[in-house]
Amino acid sequence: MSGSKKMRVDLALIAGMVAPKTRVLDIGCSDGALIDHLFRNLGCDARGLEIDMATVTLAVAHGLPVMQGDADTDLASYPDAAFDYVVLSRTLQAVEKPREVLRQMLRIGTHAIVSFPNFGHWTLRLQLLFTGRMPMTKNWSRMWYETPNIHPCTIRDFFDLCAADGYIVEEWLAADEAGARAPWRRWPALANLFGEQGLFLLRKA
Amino acid sequence: MDQTTARPETQHQSVTFAEGLTLDCGRHLGSLTIAYRTYGTLNPAKSNAILICHALTGDQYVAETNPETGKPGWWEQVVGPGRPVDTEKFFVICTNVLGGCMGTTGPRSQHDEHAGQPWGTDFPPVTINDMVRAQKRFIDHLEIGRLFAVVGGSMGGMQVLAWAALYPARVFAAVPVAAAAYHSAQNIAFHEIGRQAIAADPDFWAGRYWEHGVTPERGLAVARMTAHITYVSEAALTRKFGRKLQDTAQISALGDRFEVESYLQYQGSSFVRRFDANSYLTITRAMDLFDLSADYGGVLPSAFAGTKTRFLLVSFDSDWLFPTEQSRAIARALNHVAANVSFVEIKSDKGHDAFLLDEPDFHRTLRGFLAGCAEHAGLS
Repeated sequence: MSGSKKMRVDLALIAGMVAPKTRVLDIGCSDGALIDHLFRNLGCDARGLEIDMATVTLAVAHGLPVMQGDADTDLASYPDAAFDYVVLSRTLQAVEKPREVLRQMLRIGTHAIVSFPNFGHWTLRLQLLFTGRMPMTKNWSRMWYETPNIHPCTIRDFFDLCAADGYIVEEWLAADEAGARAPWRRWPALANLFGEQGLFLLRKA
Repeated sequence: MDQTTARPETQHQSVTFAEGLTLDCGRHLGSLTIAYRTYGTLNPAKSNAILICHALTGDQYVAETNPETGKPGWWEQVVGPGRPVDTEKFFVICTNVLGGCMGTTGPRSQHDEHAGQPWGTDFPPVTINDMVRAQKRFIDHLEIGRLFAVVGGSMGGMQVLAWAALYPARVFAAVPVAAAAYHSAQNIAFHEIGRQAIAADPDFWAGRYWEHGVTPERGLAVARMTAHITYVSEAALTRKFGRKLQDTAQISALGDRFEVESYLQYQGSSFVRRFDANSYLTITRAMDLFDLSADYGGVLPSAFAGTKTRFLLVSFDSDWLFPTEQSRAIARALNHVAANVSFVEIKSDKGHDAFLLDEPDFHRTLRGFLAGCAEHAGLS
């Protein structure tokens, strides 16, 4: 993680939403590539939470402040507004209580940045329509009985949840599988059809 | 009067502070001697010092042959040139704890009121905080303003936590390993067995054994044997010994039968040669008294309120003496105050003792954490 390795494109998009010199918590931070980038290039006080112990050990051995923990249970222990941004990338669909996790994120952070695979993408819709079976794609690659993605949602679903819980969408975009920005900004219905991932910057009303 | 018993006396490097030390119990030690060892070189800015805190039966000989036992330093795998705590980069300090028997003021030191006599059981009860205040006096003496890191396992980890709570501005990074914020009822119970074994030894003489030219070896050995069982996991004992018999194919009614028995007896007998029984009583009591949150209205996060210290908590999954949940509770308390905390549980079947042994994942983690902190501290 010396910075020589190129960061995943979706992480670069997230980094683009973070202001320099802010406090950031990355939930499900994996090897810590994002927090490393935020510290080195934006001077952020960035920390990570990761559920997989082997990955945590790897990240800490790289000098990154990461603790083992679970988004579903560990966010409750942080104080209000401890961070400027709380990031949850490609993890929302895998947590036990997505709505509560989102609520906690916006309690402990003034902003939440959330990305998730969009279950409304046209390939998934077609597969379900024509095969009558749970769709399988690169993003959704495990059988229904063993997938960790227990709470799939679409970009439109997510907009609805934000409206229901009173979160303001400051910025959003749809991205393709590699995470590159897709051009359906402003048209949620199109984004929901053609975007493979949704990426949202939220704050409380 | 033979005050030294049969134990060979080693001269330990030390410094004495004539003003003494006032203890948590309210009593005042007339003079305070700190026995210590250092490794590596203190940089001109005095910003690269790491204090190592030793465990119950450890001492200041972290990274060199122990002069009393002739054995390697107790943390040579962790501290030394090129090791995770690299003495080529850092100036490493270790002091014998207050109440110890390796040169620092303790029950074997001269009594304040009875010249020519050791304290023995008259030595006042000390706490982990007292140990840390004594260390801090020594760090002041070295004119080191801020320690780059304080690192320790087990009781050493308790001292690390106490350092972070008492002197947050003096600690840039804190690494409590296999530690807990308080000693549990189970921990206290095991210690009490050890203390009772010592007290029951006829050679204990109510703690004044030196007057009789003996030491309560049997009691101290039993204390060590009991404690040793708590340091290892069932899996490690099974792997090492299983039900193997000692030098015989048949079972006799008495004497050694299983290998694990003679192993434990060896642990006990080698211990009594190097450790003072009254020190054992004093230090186990200090551990039992440890409850970090008690000084903060029972609210552990308050111990760390506003801390800027960077923490690394390490636990081992087979450690049943200081289980992972204890470290996780500390991590959550640190989260409560939005502290910078890394936390890992290392997979190992070696139990509590794992922190002293060859655990590459632990060593990599510690090395990386210190490297990351060095960067944040502008040390690299």
